Amino acid sequence: MTFAARSWQAWIVLLLTIVAAITLPFTTNSTGFNSTSAVITLALLIAAIIIDGLRLGNALKAVLLFIAAHGAAWLLISGIAGQEGTAKLSFYLAIAAAWLIAWRCVTLLSGLRVKNRSVDTALRILIPAIFGAWILIIWEALVRGAGIPFILLPPPAAIGQRIANSLPVLGADVRQTIFKSVFVGYVIGCAAGFVTAILADRVPFLRKGLLPIGNMVSALPIIGVAPIMVMWFGFDWPSKAAVVVIMTFFPMLVNTVAGLAASSHMERDLMRTYASGYWQTLWKLRLPAAAPFIFNALKINSTLALIGAIVAEFFGTPVVGMGFRISTEVGRMNIDMVWAEIAVAAVVGSVFYGVIALIERATTFWHPSIRGG
Amino acid sequence: MNPTQQYKRADGTQSAVIAASGLGLTFQTNDGPVQALSNVDLTIGKGEFVSFIGPSGCGKTTFLRAIADLEKPTAGTLTVNGMTPEQAREARAYGYVFQAAALLPWRTIERNVGLPLEIMGNTKADQQARIKRTLDMVNLTGFEKKYPWQLSGGMQQRASIARALAFDADLLLMDEPFGALDEIVRDHLNEQLLELWARTNKTICFVTHSIPEAVYLSTRIVVMSPRPGRVTDVIESTLPRERPLDIRETPEFLSIAARVRDGLRAGHSYDD
Repeated sequence: MTFAARSWQAWIVLLLTIVAAITLPFTTNSTGFNSTSAVITLALLIAAIIIDGLRLGNALKAVLLFIAAHGAAWLLISGIAGQEGTAKLSFYLAIAAAWLIAWRCVTLLSGLRVKNRSVDTALRILIPAIFGAWILIIWEALVRGAGIPFILLPPPAAIGQRIANSLPVLGADVRQTIFKSVFVGYVIGCAAGFVTAILADRVPFLRKGLLPIGNMVSALPIIGVAPIMVMWFGFDWPSKAAVVVIMTFFPMLVNTVAGLAASSHMERDLMRTYASGYWQTLWKLRLPAAAPFIFNALKINSTLALIGAIVAEFFGTPVVGMGFRISTEVGRMNIDMVWAEIAVAAVVGSVFYGVIALIERATTFWHPSIRGG
Repeated sequence: MNPTQQYKRADGTQSAVIAASGLGLTFQTNDGPVQALSNVDLTIGKGEFVSFIGPSGCGKTTFLRAIADLEKPTAGTLTVNGMTPEQAREARAYGYVFQAAALLPWRTIERNVGLPLEIMGNTKADQQARIKRTLDMVNLTGFEKKYPWQLSGGMQQRASIARALAFDADLLLMDEPFGALDEIVRDHLNEQLLELWARTNKTICFVTHSIPEAVYLSTRIVVMSPRPGRVTDVIESTLPRERPLDIRETPEFLSIAARVRDGLRAGHSYDD
């Protein structure tokens, strides 16, 4: 074993572990951490340093480092649970060391060249997953270690527990907000923007008159519009869908209008030489050329729709819905429920965006931005 | 049925595919009017291969675009197959090949070639047969399922020629189709174009910058000059219809090329 083979992470881990060992114990009162678990934690860190210097295959080394890093993190977090706010310097140093080992593990994983496609796909998912997990681990360790009040920032484990315990409520909220308000509003708003763009393209008078008004609609403050929509369409989801329609209409209109101008003069001359009619040229040339623009609008709107629907629920709603839950649970100091809703909204929003991005890749595969040059 | 036969001239002579007389075209620009074409008289008969050559701004592309009804003349008369250019365009009387291939990137080569056929409403079976035949004509068999961006520039331009041939118009308008290609590919495509012309007996109007290309391809060379765009010379080629590439070293070829060069120089003397 040569020392030169070690990574820079290993050297810093070595330094952190030494200082952590000198400044033991991990907490001001030692009831949670018995000396055994402290010793095992430090032993895991030392083991990781040694493993990193061994002549092993990168895959095996990554697996061993993975075990060491997460074992140490688990010991640290389960030790601090129940005695929040008592962590000392060595606790943070040990967490930092474990994090560096995980970093080294990810570096090794991303350097792997795998021929098997499914293994390659698994790796591509695993690497960001480890990365994301460590954001949560550090969040958990810092919040518990420093004893940050629950109301300011609950630890992720508590949020996860809340999600697991409130699945029926969260499910009902998702049904109300996502599947009714967002989905209906998004479809109507995008479709209306698209049709208006085609009309504006076809009828010059609309192009001159409608686009400036569309511009004004986009500038309407959603906070002001939402209560009015509640007056017009009632407390239930249609008023939220109406807010989403207003929010999504304009990005689709502007992008489609820009997209319809995206085909080149030469391409349009070509269609003219075939004596192609307006609708044929639209269908066979201008809409396919506009597809990248239209997908851009669909992606922008997917996040806008979510924001619009949640915020709109702050202004009157039946006793269900993500926005309603957030506003009432804040009032009841149930911050973990607020975070649970935020987490669900983030996941749903990402899935929504991801599905559209996948459809985009399949449809506009020909565009230089996707086929790569 | 031959469309030119329907449009015999009053005097009963062989009708012209293209007849321009006193043709003028003025663009209104922000810097005032620009006279792109002035007093052009030209008649092109069936089966001719006519090249238009001249420096930039001489109106050769504008003339081609006027034939194609992509620009409207502002003076004189212009007929295509005895019709107005607009009627001719609506009758799909010509295929147009642009300077760039202008293939639609979301369509495969066969669907690009089939584009005019889809627009013109040919049956699926007929489309397939024509696509196969025209791709074979430009030696692109085997590339049906490729996308344009997967092919070289020369192949793309050949696909665009196949597209212009697919609906069997008797008139082919080509606007510097090989201008962006390198010399070797260009020679090759010139040879293939002559072959195709001999086989199909189409009327071809061909805009080019290159004297050897014009002389090699044409039965007639129209020399044009700018400011205002006009025809300064029309040269009948004495070369045989059968032209191997090495005909370009014969004295006859060189003398025609010299005449074209003189014509271009005479047009230019106005600038100096």
